[in-house]
Parts: sequence; structure tokens; C-alpha cells
Amino acid sequence: MAKAFDVRHQTGFAGIAMACFVLLYLPIVLLVVYSFNSGMSLAVWEGFSWRWYASAWDNDQVRSATMRSLVLALSATALATACAVPAALAMSRARRFKGQGLIFAMINQPLMVPEIVTAVALLIVFAAVKVATGYTGMGFLILAHAAFCIPFAYMPIKARLEGMDKQLEQAGQDLYGTPWRVFRRITLPQLWPGILAGAMLAFVISLDDVVITEFVKSAGQDTLPTYMLGQLRRVVTPEVNAIATMLLAISVVMVVAFFFLSKTKK
Amino acid sequence: MDFTALGGVSITVKDNEFFTLLGPSGCGKTTLLRVIAGFEYPTSGSVHLDGMDLLSLPPYRRPVNTVFQSYALFPHMTVAENIGFGLEMLNRPKKEVRKTVDEMLDLVRMTEMADRKTSEISGGQQQRVALARALAPRPKVLLLDEPLSALDYKLRKDMQLELKRLQAETGITFIFVTHDQEEALTMSDRIAVMNAGSVRQIGPPREIYDHPAERFVADFIGETNFVGAELLEIEGEGEGFARVRLSSGIEAHVQAPSGPVANGPVTLAIRPEHAWLVEEAQGLLKGKVENVVYFGTDTHFHVIVDGGDLFVLRHQNQPGQMQHLAVGDRVGLQIGRGAGQVLRD
Repeated sequence: MAKAFDVRHQTGFAGIAMACFVLLYLPIVLLVVYSFNSGMSLAVWEGFSWRWYASAWDNDQVRSATMRSLVLALSATALATACAVPAALAMSRARRFKGQGLIFAMINQPLMVPEIVTAVALLIVFAAVKVATGYTGMGFLILAHAAFCIPFAYMPIKARLEGMDKQLEQAGQDLYGTPWRVFRRITLPQLWPGILAGAMLAFVISLDDVVITEFVKSAGQDTLPTYMLGQLRRVVTPEVNAIATMLLAISVVMVVAFFFLSKTKK
Repeated sequence: MDFTALGGVSITVKDNEFFTLLGPSGCGKTTLLRVIAGFEYPTSGSVHLDGMDLLSLPPYRRPVNTVFQSYALFPHMTVAENIGFGLEMLNRPKKEVRKTVDEMLDLVRMTEMADRKTSEISGGQQQRVALARALAPRPKVLLLDEPLSALDYKLRKDMQLELKRLQAETGITFIFVTHDQEEALTMSDRIAVMNAGSVRQIGPPREIYDHPAERFVADFIGETNFVGAELLEIEGEGEGFARVRLSSGIEAHVQAPSGPVANGPVTLAIRPEHAWLVEEAQGLLKGKVENVVYFGTDTHFHVIVDGGDLFVLRHQNQPGQMQHLAVGDRVGLQIGRGAGQVLRD
């Protein structure tokens, strides 16, 4: 019996697929493995130890960078999600309006404009503001991160809204619910998984950003990724591997949670 | 894109009436319902309820509730919460809400299901919850958008009676949308037959069935035979009779059309049960048997009437009685006095 077309039966498919996975995951596996190296080297295995995790934990710079990264990611996530929810509502619950396509493109701007361009642009604008106001706090980083996190928060929320039965909102209105009460009682309870998924995605994106952070941060405002970058320029020890492995763990947990949330049924 | 979903529709629904909008899909009946509910806004026209201009009100201020075709029950609420939603939005006191919800649960016989999630109950039960939810705030008008179409045959029959009972018990005006002519005939006080965005005829079920105004109505509701004839004279105004000459050359008295029709060629609508087979010489219409179809209780005779029109007759089978007619036999058709209807077209 003739089989339907199946890409797995193409010559060389298995080999290419395996090669791709090895290329993708081998470096990460090595990174994780060497974070447990008891020696100083990133290339010579000398035995298992928690040494570099302890070292990272005891390092004040790592601790403050971690705190800063978390505060930054949480604030940026909150801000980005707060912008993304009304944006998604306007794009999917309003009557079609003129310029809707343009607005869509503008919301998703960070996905299209090269990050380095945004970074330089922000550097210039924020430098002027810093000079004018004298303020050099975390505000700039939070604003910058919120800006590029918006599309990542926006997309899962929009997808959730599109998937929801619009007739339920009509039923709510039909039963004397004002638009605000219908939103609170009908739309929002069903939208939560989308909002949480968007927030998690935004959190992960903010947590591992280097380029924009590097350009926008003031002196002494290292986040975990920029701290690691700085370390690599000097002494490279498996401590960097240990930090990277922890970041990886957080991201994996978030992405898995995101995956399950976006699959939640209404 | 310019598209007139509804045009020239003028309907007056009486208080406490079971009014049905009947028509094929795409005829504009659901659009009309959505205009009344407030989900569509007409480019022109007006909708009044008790002297209140509905079009000036948003959907949540209109004393009108809808039973949606898909029920649109809130999936994150229980049955009782669904039913109480409207009253809660009207800011009624909690005690009153609970009391009304209990009454409604009782009315639709769902008391045991009060705390279930809406996904945990059957289609027929969801239907009853949707009804209770729409009735709970005691709307002036209840709109029903093909609420029975998702139910199986047996359940649909039960719900038809249930709906009639609920309407009688609550005294609320029902506007019911359906494409099912049988449903419309059995349940309605009056029916508006719609086609292609306009109302073709309004009247009680009997009038619509016995005196269809035009070919579309006659064809859409029940089975009808159409035969050509020549209109000679309309006797008396309004509900009178008309004298026509049939294709056999014989003159007959039939129902006059509902509107002005010029003398000359017209179409007659004759229900299958209003005609019977006779000897060719005694028939008002004469023709040739083209097909005989046995149905158990009935036998259907397909007769090609002289002039070329197809006429289908139903003959109820009697025990021991044989039909001796065969394909190709010449037969006559007799028609009850006043049974034929001259159509407006």
C-alpha cells in the first residue's frame, strides 16, 4: 500500500535532524555540566562539586545583580502587561477602525526594529533626560524593558481574546451588564490564563536581555546578564556557568508554565 | 460592500403574543432579532417597545432578553450564577436574586442542577438554563434565536410544549426565530414569513397555511402544488372568491388573492390534502399518472396535469383497499370548494 508523503522517509532527514539538535543542545549541556566542575577550567573536567554555585551565592556582586534583575523583570512585566491588556482589547473587541494594521505594526515594533537600534536610540534620549533631570535610577531600565516586553505580553493575550466566544459578552450585555461590568465578570475571568502567559513570556524576555540593558544602564546597575558579560571580559571561571544554569532553570520553568497556560481551555 | 440584510420590514407584535419569524437561512430573521436586542444597528428605521425608542438605548438598557442559538452560557459560573446574572446586573438585593433564581430553577425543573458548572449538564438542560437566565429579569420581550435547533427530535418536541407552557405561565411576549415551519405552525400565535430581507406575509398559522399570499410562502410552508390557470373575475372584496378557468377548460371557484391581481394567467396553490383522484370525466383537472410511491400509511400519486404542471396527491391507504391506478393511466383531480388559492405574484 502506498504511504502518504512523510518527510521522515526522505534520505538524510534523520541525520540532519540529529545534527541540528546536537548543535542546539550540546553547548547548553556542556555549560550545565561544567558549572559543576571542581577545577577552574571551562574545558578540563576535574570532578564534581557545588563550589561555583557556593561562590556565586557568596559573591555580593552576583547577589545585587540578581536582585536588580528580578526587580527589573517584575516591574517591566507589570508595566508591559498593564499596557498589553487594553491594547489587545482595543484590537480585538472594538469595531474595525482605520489604521488598525498600522497600530498592530506599532505594537509589535520591538519585534521588527533591530534591538541595537532601539538601544542606541534609548541611550541618546535617556542621556538627555539624565542630564536635564539628574535622575539616574532604575526607572530608565524599567521603562526600556517594559517597552520591548509589550509585544511578548500582547501576543498571548490577543490570542486568548480571539479564541473566546464573543457571544458571551453579548449575552452579558443582554443581561443588563454595562461594558465595564461585562469586562470584569465575563471577559476578565476567562482572560486570566492569557494574561499570565503573556506576563511570563515578558518576564523571561526581560530577564535575559543584554543589548538594551548594556546601553541604558547607569554605572553600578549591572543585571545578571550584563554582569556575566563583564566577567567574561576578565577571568572566566565556571561561576559564570553556574549563574547561567540558574537563569536557564528559571526560563525553562517559565516557558513550560507558559505552554500549559496557553493550552488551558476556556 | 453594500448589502441590505433587512429592508421595508414593518411588524407590530402584540402584548403577550408568541410571535414567530420564519424563513430560510439568510432571510434576515436573526438580523432582525439582533436589531431588537441591540447587537446590530440599522441604517434607518425605528424600533419601539411600549412607546420606548429602543434604538436610542444600548443593549444593556433594553428590557429585552435573548436566548442565544448557542445558549452562550457563562462557562466559569454555575447554573444558579448564570440564572442570577441579569438580576445581579440590575443591582437587585441578594435575597431577591436568590428567591427568583430558585423560582426559575423550579420553573425549568433544574433545581437539582443549581450548583453544577454549565459544562457538566446536557444540551437540553443547557437550553433550559439559557431560558431561565433570560426569563429571570422578567423582560418585556423574550427573543429566542432558533433555540431548539441543536436538540434532537424528541427533545425538540418536548421543548416546544415547554416553551408554550413557559410563555403562558410568565405572560411575557416571545419573539421566536426559526427556519422550521412545523415548529412555527405548532407554537405561534402569529407568524411572519420572511425571505431575502423582507416580510412576505404575517398572520396566524392557519391563515398562513390555508391562504398563502404568494408562491414563496406557499412553497416554504407545507407541501403545495402549483398549477397554471386563467383569472376571470374576483367576486367581492377582501376574503372573497375568484373565478378561474383551469387548464382543462373548466371554470372553478377558488380563494381570491390577498392583493390586486390583473385578470389573465395566474398561479393556483393547492395543498395535496385538498384534492383527490376521480374518474377523468369528473375531474376539474385532468392528467396522466407519472409515478406511484407507496409510503405505508399513504400512497403518493404524481400526476402531470394537462398544461404540464406536476401535481402530487396523498391518498391515505385503507385496509383491504387496492389502488388500481398504474403509471400512464389518465385520471381526473377533484378539488374542494374554495381550496385553491390564487397567488399574488
